[in-house]
Amino acid sequence: MLRDISLHIHDLTENSIAAGARLVTIKLVAENGMLALEIGDNGKGMSPEMLSRVEDPFTTSRTERKVGMGIPFFKLACEQTGGDFKITSEPGKGTELRGRFVIDNIDRLPLGDIGETVGMLIYESPDLHYIVTLKTSEDEFVFDTDEVREQLEGTPINDFEIVQWIKEYINEGVLNIFGGVLDEIT
Amino acid sequence: MKSLEELRALKAKVKNDMSLRDGADDTRVVVGMATCGIAAGARPVMNAFVEEVSKRNIKNVQVTMTGCMGLCRLEPIVEVIDKDGNKVTYVKMNAEKAARVVAEHLVNGHVVSEYTIGATAQ
Repeated sequence: MLRDISLHIHDLTENSIAAGARLVTIKLVAENGMLALEIGDNGKGMSPEMLSRVEDPFTTSRTERKVGMGIPFFKLACEQTGGDFKITSEPGKGTELRGRFVIDNIDRLPLGDIGETVGMLIYESPDLHYIVTLKTSEDEFVFDTDEVREQLEGTPINDFEIVQWIKEYINEGVLNIFGGVLDEIT
Repeated sequence: MKSLEELRALKAKVKNDMSLRDGADDTRVVVGMATCGIAAGARPVMNAFVEEVSKRNIKNVQVTMTGCMGLCRLEPIVEVIDKDGNKVTYVKMNAEKAARVVAEHLVNGHVVSEYTIGATAQ
């Protein structure tokens, strides 16, 4: 199992990267007692046949062995709080998934270090366009790598000083949006 | 409250000599970043390598990631591959071990034998 939501975000986004996505949107929305994680990409998508098997641990795209636990783990993490999970995909268009957690359920995973996840994803795939949205019914924070690139004017986004700044910037956003909403954010 | 404009000041500090190098002679540090690696703690390990390499201003090292290496029980796994293709495989890594590998292996050229797959797998 993965111990927090930021690790699930990292793991699920690796699927988008492997699918050749150019754009990945990561959205965390806390509303009406539920925390939803939505990840969308414009990668190669999945056939209806692959999509129907993707929640099965004995389905994987990897070749080293015959199990793939990323999506089954995430689905279980959501459902064990009383939440839900769905995934849609279209070949050539991309994939979208949404998992919802009941915020006050004792089994709900903590958010984890969202800044470090996004920072490391940018370090790994600096050419990808990431849009990260943090949202409640009152407030919203949006981080967009295209806006960062505009400020950087050609300086590599995956320089560690820049990545470090991005980590802190995003975690400040997490504190502003989810402080007082999720117990672990203080 | 941070604002994106701060990046303009920050980028002046960034030593932008990446473009002068082709990277062909670089040592590669490859971190396994599949579900098994992430569950075992690969992300802080990767962060530690990137941070240490940057802090020490080491120029001939690239930190990259790969998928599952097929040895999930030994994750987080890190391979250090020199310019001639010689490979050292470190297993069950964490951020502290990563800092030591940077100092002893990448800077001084001494493999940290006790963290290697040969010392751990039995």
